[in-house]
Amino acid sequence: MKFTGRVWKFGADIDTDAIIPARRLNTSDPKELAKYCMEDADPEFINKISAGDIILADKNFGCGSSREHAPIAIKEAKISCIIAKSFARIFYRNSFNMGLPIFESADAYDAIAEGAEVEVDADAGVVRDLASGKEFKVAPIPEFMQELLRDGGLMAHIAKKQSA
Amino acid sequence: MGMNITEKILAAHSGLDKVEPGQIINAKVDIALGNDITAPIAISEFKKAGADKVWDKGKVALVPDHFSPNKDIASAEQCKILRDFARQQDLEHYFELGEMGVEHALLPEQGIVGPGDVVIGADSHTCTYGALGAFSTGVGSTDLAAAMITGEVWFKVPEAILFNYTGKLGNWVDGKDLILYTIGQVGVDGALYKSMEFTGPIISGLGMDDRLTMANMAIEAGGKNGIIVPDEVTKAYVEGRFKRTPIYYTSDSDANYCEKIEIDCTNIRPQIAFPHLPSNTRPVDEATSVVIDQVVIGSCTNGRMDDLRKAAQLMKGKKVAPYLRCIVIPATQHIYRQAMKEGLLDIFVEAGAAVSTPTCGPCLGGHMGILAKGERALATTNRNFVGRMGSPESEVYLAGPTVAAATAIKGRIACPEEVA
Ligand code: SF4
Repeated sequence: MKFTGRVWKFGADIDTDAIIPARRLNTSDPKELAKYCMEDADPEFINKISAGDIILADKNFGCGSSREHAPIAIKEAKISCIIAKSFARIFYRNSFNMGLPIFESADAYDAIAEGAEVEVDADAGVVRDLASGKEFKVAPIPEFMQELLRDGGLMAHIAKKQSA
Repeated sequence: MGMNITEKILAAHSGLDKVEPGQIINAKVDIALGNDITAPIAISEFKKAGADKVWDKGKVALVPDHFSPNKDIASAEQCKILRDFARQQDLEHYFELGEMGVEHALLPEQGIVGPGDVVIGADSHTCTYGALGAFSTGVGSTDLAAAMITGEVWFKVPEAILFNYTGKLGNWVDGKDLILYTIGQVGVDGALYKSMEFTGPIISGLGMDDRLTMANMAIEAGGKNGIIVPDEVTKAYVEGRFKRTPIYYTSDSDANYCEKIEIDCTNIRPQIAFPHLPSNTRPVDEATSVVIDQVVIGSCTNGRMDDLRKAAQLMKGKKVAPYLRCIVIPATQHIYRQAMKEGLLDIFVEAGAAVSTPTCGPCLGGHMGILAKGERALATTNRNFVGRMGSPESEVYLAGPTVAAATAIKGRIACPEEVA
């Protein structure tokens, strides 16, 4: 798995209300949710990004509620993956369960600037800043969770197990 | 090396003698919960997977509490998805408006969750039931869908932090102040991925409502669960209420903790969490110049009987400050009735507060008390993120019920002793 895109940077403790505010949660339609992706962190976000772009955040990304509407909005906004210093735990498990790739790397956050073109090589476990050529390691993903990503999320994983 | 209570419950539910932090397990679930925001996605995933029946119709709980009484057409559709599914699956624990309460107040009260359980809920404050000695944690809608089909959920066994509360509790200091103080000490990711076990003489002295308040906010420190080893208070609460047989687990004296944190409560004052993080705490005495537009007393954190009693005690015979809106939301129908019997609702209405039917309402900026741009609320809820109660340019201050009552009367953040 490789992802290439432009980086959008966010600070620490970006909560799920910032990713998708509760006032937008009277629907679970992904297209509707994507329109408001990151609205309370950056109202212009959805107009600025292009398909394949990458979110790069400081620590504890996705803290707060368990709403899967948050990773759904991000996925539907065509963000290819998220790199953060760390993720809040429910957001972390939701992302794997839904097949949204996320990576932990403190060094990448500190070194990479907003707008940089980066490549994430999931198999090699590195983030590359394409302009400078610098590489940053990402935290290894436990085997079971790699399996979830390979299967395309938890529901597909269960279907596979049940038919096995 | 022995095991702590969280490890014991997880081991017992995954058919293992022993589990260790970091281990990935599949645990059997006793109760799986969803609400009107999260369950529609779970139900849609359930159907997409071609599933026909839930694994156990007595173990799935659906509570339409967030946007109900339906605030608009879109939320009416969400609630209808729950209702139709509950009827079709003949679920034992579906709560229609009129029986419905805020889920994390309702499930313990109705004896649906109890000691020794593994509970998952597609709602982050599912960690509340740890106060009963259950392993209980928030998950996403996909996890809920999977659990509704298989009755199981995957977990990474968490490391645990032991919080030991000692000293003497000051006047007007309760469970809310202790947990806000704790989050202020460790930060919003201070217990990330970890179990928070609360212990010590101060915890032993707390009633169940205060304990539920504390476990409720474990997630606000990033915790996977918050838990209290059952004792006599737990047993008294559970007996005659819990519908299954409780299993009272304890933590071994040589159990493994990645950290032990001592908290001397003697000098802790009532706490305020300033915008926009629950960890942004200060003693109330440093906040008394903050003018407030709206006070909310309610939610799964502080909408229980003890909370309403504490607030009413201070508001009795007094008036809400001019131009301030005070909204009181009993968390369940049972609490609503009990508060009515005890005359508490009279006290609130008499003081000029609005009393609402149980709902999450303003807690998540849903309805029933949304803030305009530039407005400030003080709430007994659990989150004060940007835009949490309405406009992204509004502010939420978090506190316990006594500070909330004092603030409603003074029109600015106030110490309980100012109105007592
Ligand atoms: S009262 Fe607030 S925190 Fe509790 S379940 Fe409802 S929205 Fe969530």
